[in-house]
Amino acid sequence: MRTAFVEELVRLAGEDERIWLVCGDLGYTVLEAFAQRFPERYLNAGVAEQNMTGVAAGLALSGKTVFTYSIANFPVMRCLEQIRDDVCYHHLNVKIVAVGGGLAYASHGYTHHAVEDIAVMSALPNIAVIAPGDPVEARAVTRVIASRDGPAYLRLGKAGEPVLHSTALTLDYGKAIVLREGRDLTLISIGGMLANTMDAANQLAVAGYSVRVMSMPFAVPLDEDAIRDAVMSTGVILTIEEHSQGGLGTLVGECIARLGRAATFVPLRLGRLPIKTAGTQEQLKACQGLSPEGIARSAESAFQLHASPSRQVWQ
Amino acid sequence: MPRSADELRGIANTLRAHAVRMAYRSRGAHLGSCLSMADILACLYWNSLRIDPTCPGWRHRDRFVLSKGHGASILYAALAERGFFPVEELETYCELHSRLTGHVTAGVPGVELSTGSLGHGLPVGCGMALAAKRDRSASRVVVLLSDGELDEGSNWEAILFAPQYELDNLLVIVDYNRIQSFGRVKDVLDLDPLSDKFRAFRWAVREIDGHDMEQLIEGLTATPFEPGKPGVLIAHTRKGKGVSFMEDNLAWHYQSPSSEQAMLALRELGA
Repeated sequence: MRTAFVEELVRLAGEDERIWLVCGDLGYTVLEAFAQRFPERYLNAGVAEQNMTGVAAGLALSGKTVFTYSIANFPVMRCLEQIRDDVCYHHLNVKIVAVGGGLAYASHGYTHHAVEDIAVMSALPNIAVIAPGDPVEARAVTRVIASRDGPAYLRLGKAGEPVLHSTALTLDYGKAIVLREGRDLTLISIGGMLANTMDAANQLAVAGYSVRVMSMPFAVPLDEDAIRDAVMSTGVILTIEEHSQGGLGTLVGECIARLGRAATFVPLRLGRLPIKTAGTQEQLKACQGLSPEGIARSAESAFQLHASPSRQVWQ
Repeated sequence: MPRSADELRGIANTLRAHAVRMAYRSRGAHLGSCLSMADILACLYWNSLRIDPTCPGWRHRDRFVLSKGHGASILYAALAERGFFPVEELETYCELHSRLTGHVTAGVPGVELSTGSLGHGLPVGCGMALAAKRDRSASRVVVLLSDGELDEGSNWEAILFAPQYELDNLLVIVDYNRIQSFGRVKDVLDLDPLSDKFRAFRWAVREIDGHDMEQLIEGLTATPFEPGKPGVLIAHTRKGKGVSFMEDNLAWHYQSPSSEQAMLALRELGA
């Protein structure tokens, strides 16, 4: 995803001379393409994220569209107040890019797990919160946020994620993408969970279920129309995210509650406690019930709960 | 047109009188912090900054960022007196639906950045200065810091950053009144030797009496102090300056004046 992002950003910067890239001393072998082509619009702000974000705000106040770039929590948590007061409050063209969202830095340990970012960023005003599901979506959302006024947070994976969209994508701001139609239940995935979600849907289809899959790259603004449609047409909704409490599940749950329609809703996410042991990204996800098999099992349980006679009492 | 030192001293006391009235009416705090920087603001807005009140967004204007955002009332007073908005609006300070809130808020004509939480102004100022450099603009960026806010690590990140990018169009003023929120600076986190610290970070440093208008005119005009280096003007000031019973007194970081105190203060200020 990071390669797709940087390639797209270089292309956009060639068309729009307002675009700048400011990194926090990370991006080795990734950002050189931008730095070499646009040295006047690139800078390494050093290991100093508060200043990096403040500088980005100052550049944006001077008419620039600034992408800040670092990994995991670093461009988000360390400089949260700069994002809140300088960027969001002033509605500036600062786009915060974090590579290695979720558990991408698996065995690096909890300091490198970006698993509360969506909760934190979605609490702030004026900022779009986005986690694309594959490299194709990463390219599309980069185009969308570069051309749209205001702050954005972009959570990317790292490298080597599978391509899940067969063609280039034209993505509308704040809109979900239906990858698979179905009648029995809806799986809503954000960010890098899309591959496992698609695999789970295939397993469920083999078991006889008709499964709708939606990629929802925008946590904010949330595609409430797509959620309403899923509630009305399938009645069983699961959100799937590589994130702790307060993320997509919370946002979708609140949306369903506001609809006032009975639905079976199961948020699949990471547990509340830090993961203190090593493992690959997929192993750690599996331990948290987020393997394709784990997702399929949870979906089947949700469907059975929805269809059970006891539930009919209050439906 | 630049004003004489005498005229600037008169303007500074007019601004002080506004701040006293605003603190009295709103029951607001931070009066001492406002009085300590009155002379600096008068010199900036009536002598040094290249600005046009009829066109606050002029692209090549100098940018002034008040990082100590709790000094809002006297900044609003300066902007109003300078013609950015009507002086009568100062009477709405901190009242329902007023845009003049207790910490500096963007949207008020002439305000470049909302501030309030300390340690934000200088990094943003660095970004503005870098943009001006790369755009080949003659804009200067002036950031006014309190001494207490130099405790914030974000400032030291920016102090490391500015010389790296040779931001000689950036001028920092430190309002060094030596009192912070809960005590004297030397007793909380001593900043001395402050000049040496900035020099070690490769800044061009000048120290002045922040209430001496001739020194202020010279210090705020003769920039850059050294080509290729950001400048810092360490202005030695007194908290509460201009009102005898408020000077150098921690209580006036918080207290708002009673009607008697306000009358006394205004009399001392010749207002």
